[in-house]
Amino acid sequence: MPAGSNLEAVLSAGRFAVTAELGPPKGTNLSVVERKAEILRHCCDAVNLTDNQTAIVRMSSLACAIHLRRLGLDPVMQMTCRDRNRLALQSDVLGAAGAGVRNFLCLSGDHQQFGNHPGAKNVFDLDSIQLIQVLAGMRDTRRFQGGDEFTGDIPMFIGAAANPFADPLPYRVVRLAKKVRAGANFVQTQAVFDLEIFGRWMAQVRARGLHEQVAIMAGIVPLKSVGTARYMRDYVSGIVVPDAIIARMEDAADPKAEGMAIAVELIDAAREIPGVRGVHIMAVGWEEVVPILAERAGLLPRPLI
Amino acid sequence: MIVAQQKPLEDIRQMARGFRRLLVLGCGTCTTICFAGGEKEVGLLATSLRSVLGQEIEIEEAVVQRQCEWEFLDQVGEAVGRAEAVLSLGCGVGVQGIGERYPGVVVLPGLNTAFMGLTEAPGIWGERCMACGDCLLHRTGGICPVARCAKSLLNGPCGGVQDGHCEISPENPCAWVLIYDRLMQQGRLEQLEEIIPVRDWKASHSGGPRRIVRPDLREMVEEEV
Amino acid sequence: MTLRAALAQGQFVVTAEASPPKGTNVAGAIAEAEHLRGRVQAFNVTDQQSSVMRLGSLALCYLLKERGLEPIFQVTCRDRNRIALQSDLLSAAALGIENVLCLTGDHVKLGDHPQAKPVFDLDSVSLLRAAAGLVAGQDMAGKKLDGTPDFFLGAVVSPGADPVEPQLLKMEKKAQAGAEFFQTQAIFDPDAFARFMEAARPMGKPVFAGIIMLKSAGMARFMNRNVPGVHVPDRLIEVMETAKDRQEASVGVAVELIRQLRPLCQGIHLMAMGWDHLLPRVLEATGLAAQGVV
Ligand code: SF4
Ligand code: SF4
Repeated sequence: MPAGSNLEAVLSAGRFAVTAELGPPKGTNLSVVERKAEILRHCCDAVNLTDNQTAIVRMSSLACAIHLRRLGLDPVMQMTCRDRNRLALQSDVLGAAGAGVRNFLCLSGDHQQFGNHPGAKNVFDLDSIQLIQVLAGMRDTRRFQGGDEFTGDIPMFIGAAANPFADPLPYRVVRLAKKVRAGANFVQTQAVFDLEIFGRWMAQVRARGLHEQVAIMAGIVPLKSVGTARYMRDYVSGIVVPDAIIARMEDAADPKAEGMAIAVELIDAAREIPGVRGVHIMAVGWEEVVPILAERAGLLPRPLI
Repeated sequence: MIVAQQKPLEDIRQMARGFRRLLVLGCGTCTTICFAGGEKEVGLLATSLRSVLGQEIEIEEAVVQRQCEWEFLDQVGEAVGRAEAVLSLGCGVGVQGIGERYPGVVVLPGLNTAFMGLTEAPGIWGERCMACGDCLLHRTGGICPVARCAKSLLNGPCGGVQDGHCEISPENPCAWVLIYDRLMQQGRLEQLEEIIPVRDWKASHSGGPRRIVRPDLREMVEEEV
Repeated sequence: MTLRAALAQGQFVVTAEASPPKGTNVAGAIAEAEHLRGRVQAFNVTDQQSSVMRLGSLALCYLLKERGLEPIFQVTCRDRNRIALQSDLLSAAALGIENVLCLTGDHVKLGDHPQAKPVFDLDSVSLLRAAAGLVAGQDMAGKKLDGTPDFFLGAVVSPGADPVEPQLLKMEKKAQAGAEFFQTQAIFDPDAFARFMEAARPMGKPVFAGIIMLKSAGMARFMNRNVPGVHVPDRLIEVMETAKDRQEASVGVAVELIRQLRPLCQGIHLMAMGWDHLLPRVLEATGLAAQGVV
């Protein structure tokens, strides 16, 4: 049964999909969400709402997703296992689904140590794969994880993350296969900078036929400065930034323009790789760039389905 | 073994202040092996306490083989009887054992009980097990993801692996890299394809304090009586 | 007028419960609340009560609020750590929710997902303090917020607990941590409640006495056996046992209790236990029918 989200419709129509990320505010100021939503409205098919990303307390993805729904956008509600156990996670899904949210992205979540509440107790009652299983169970067998059956449908388009660049490399495709078997419908990857590693991973994905079972969207992070590029290379695990890109950013007279150019090239290249069915643009704090990238990569206008 | 570490001397001084007769009681098993509460540590701590607390306090020293068994605790009944407070250099179990055996005496914890682990190298201890009550080591190459992965992930590594180490504590290897390597070495990589289903955490501390009753042993004991 | 404003004006307030569905069908819960529109001041939206997994209280609060009904957002520490709790609190404020009731929450073992990991990173007192911190403009890490909530914080107390002293101590702690009002466990013994209020009154916080609709003698006996702090006297059990019409009797018991409790406290909190349709009659009979009318 289709979940009925816009993202799902675009992907099942065989169109190359675009999603973008929106970071909720660190406080109660909803107008921030509204402003960003307006920027993203016409340049992507769905908007990811992050769940207290990097373990920094922010407005919840649930509240923002419901609000985005009211504004007429298609939200992807991100959910991590760090802060909530299975009762809270399922309960939040019911609340969101009841308010019309259809896309759910299941993540393990960053460890709290790097956030602003390192003294917090983490939860990890489930892991990301088990969370996918639990959601798929609610959708496909009308059962909560505890075993109780319920009546009525909970339409969901279930997403997962994938990291093609982290150790141990050969295991990464195995993990994706598990996510697909658990019930994932779409996958958004970690930021792609190294097309070679990404290409090799996609070849493994195709060899297992996974690209036919799940819609893979390549993660794109537009670089703002050479500092960001170096920071990601050195400090963000699971991101590989090749020297050539660092060099281009170093030499650029206008680093932002260069960052945009690189992002557009990456989008073009990802599009050429068989099995890649969309891009997920993560421009946190730089949402204005998303329409520009989509325009330059020839991804506008977005299909209306 | 249970791995523990001595509390800072200043904390111990604060706890012990005001008592006139103190028994420093070591434990001859786990905390001796991890150099936190054996005979030697008891002696050193007693000496330091005498110097920081001065004349106001009379300190006795003793060590029992295990503070977590009645028969050994019974051996120090007299020394405990002379003391106003016992400063235990056993783990948290030992501290409570003394209290249960001798409810009239104040028991002070001299150690911070840290984890169940092993000596990785002289002077280095690492956590290995969290007593989750439902062991799955046969599914993970004999390496525990519950205790050794910072997120207790059961189905493979997150994106936080850096050069085989966990981003949370770079001194620790990523449990899932260890599992991967071990299974590869054993030619059993296919085990990683299996999805470990949602767990029942009831058997762990999440289900409340645990207790085991063995009817077979209980019967034997009752027959003897 | 909001709950906070009504109490500030010295009104005697009535709150009731709205229980989220097990599933996404919110129509029933909303209809029940609509039925009480204008009769109660605010609705406590429970957070997976008794550890039974249900639709989230935040979502139902929002849906009530949208319809102009005033919610009280119940939050427990059972399923969420401090990051999720604070995040949900900020969200509630952004969605226009003002009243928050902070609870520790039952253990997961009592519910329908006994295999789940309970969280309990915070407890009710530290949650109140965290919520009060947000109101003061910063999160638990001391970080400044962009947009500050203005919560009216509540907590619970069990006046029938034996011994009651620890309850009073904890109530005091909760008040210090930021609780502005208290709702109580079900009351059946007005004399004991009067004694409790003697001790609680100096704290100066409004107390809403809990009223549970008794449905049968069996239910009363069950609560006596299993619910700590609740004691239904034999006389009331007998009333229920000999009643020809149990609903009639239940209304009678509630009305009698409310009349006795009203002079002692600042409000009542009604727990219908599924007999929501009887609440309007209870309120009319006690002269409390018009509430929260704007
Ligand atoms: S699976 Fe459980 S019992 Fe086995 S080693 Fe890990 S924590 Fe200990
Ligand atoms: S890096 Fe490895 S050990 Fe650390 S949290 Fe991720 S999977 Fe667990």
